[in-house]
Amino acid sequence: MKKDIFKVAGKVLKSRLIVGTGKYKSFYETAKAVKASGAAMVTVAVRRVNILDKKKPILTDYLNPKKIIYLPNTAGCFNSEEALRTLRLAREMGGWKLVKLEVLGDKKTLYPNMIETIKSTKTLVKEGFKVMVYCTDDPLLAKKLEDNGASAIMPLASPIGSGLGLQNKVNISLIIKQSKVPVIVDAGIGTPSDATIAMELGCEGVLVNSAIANAKKPILMAQAFKDAVYSGRNSFLAGRMEQNYFAIPSSPSKGLI
Amino acid sequence: MAKIQLNGKKVSIKSNYSIFDLLKRYKLSNKKVAIEHNGIIIPRTNYKKKFLKSNDKVEIVTFIGGG
Repeated sequence: MKKDIFKVAGKVLKSRLIVGTGKYKSFYETAKAVKASGAAMVTVAVRRVNILDKKKPILTDYLNPKKIIYLPNTAGCFNSEEALRTLRLAREMGGWKLVKLEVLGDKKTLYPNMIETIKSTKTLVKEGFKVMVYCTDDPLLAKKLEDNGASAIMPLASPIGSGLGLQNKVNISLIIKQSKVPVIVDAGIGTPSDATIAMELGCEGVLVNSAIANAKKPILMAQAFKDAVYSGRNSFLAGRMEQNYFAIPSSPSKGLI
Repeated sequence: MAKIQLNGKKVSIKSNYSIFDLLKRYKLSNKKVAIEHNGIIIPRTNYKKKFLKSNDKVEIVTFIGGG
């Protein structure tokens, strides 16, 4: 069998689970959970340094960007200008060209503003960025992103941080079928079984943050997600059985006494 | 003496103070940070050459946890 390789923008990732680093109680817990998840890539946000506390540790003290791929995001940006500013700063910080773009449209739902998202994708691609794009689960808009040079399509399962799981399997499947770049479900995953379902549909990967960070035992949950994504991928590769409306006996009827 | 706006806060600095000096003061010389000076990103190689003057706006950013 051909080796199953996960590649995004030319980078080979040893895990199909990408994890966020927000919402943890401490950097120590973040680092432990990331390790337990087996993730090779983590998302990070760009924010002001706390200048009032010179001794305060920063994320890079706990998660070495030389050992794990940092994927800078634009969380909290509500227009193209803010998103571009953030990613240009991220690139200056460490030469990051592979980035996650998210341009939000509404504070209550954190739903992506796709008009600004498409505009930003175009500009970033022109500037040499490799852009993984958080988007709605609309197949037409997903296609538009791919046509504009997105390196990965990242449709939401449900609103960010909601834990509601995959709400529109049909749309996610349509996006998977039409895309030539990896489709990674981002946002809304609530449990490892949600991640398994996404992988069984044929997603190339999943991105999880809140479901791990907000679990009662985040490190154990990180491990559960690792297994779930692995199982889901294997299930997809194995190919599920056909569904039937009526029973088909598992034991042979021949030789029945 | 000059007063600059650093990460939204008023900060006093000596004259002939460079971005390099500023980073040193906040113990950030060896940390992964990026600098924006009056809205323009300053490449690492220019930190020693870029001097600050009164009313300059400086942003020092880094990576934090995020999803």
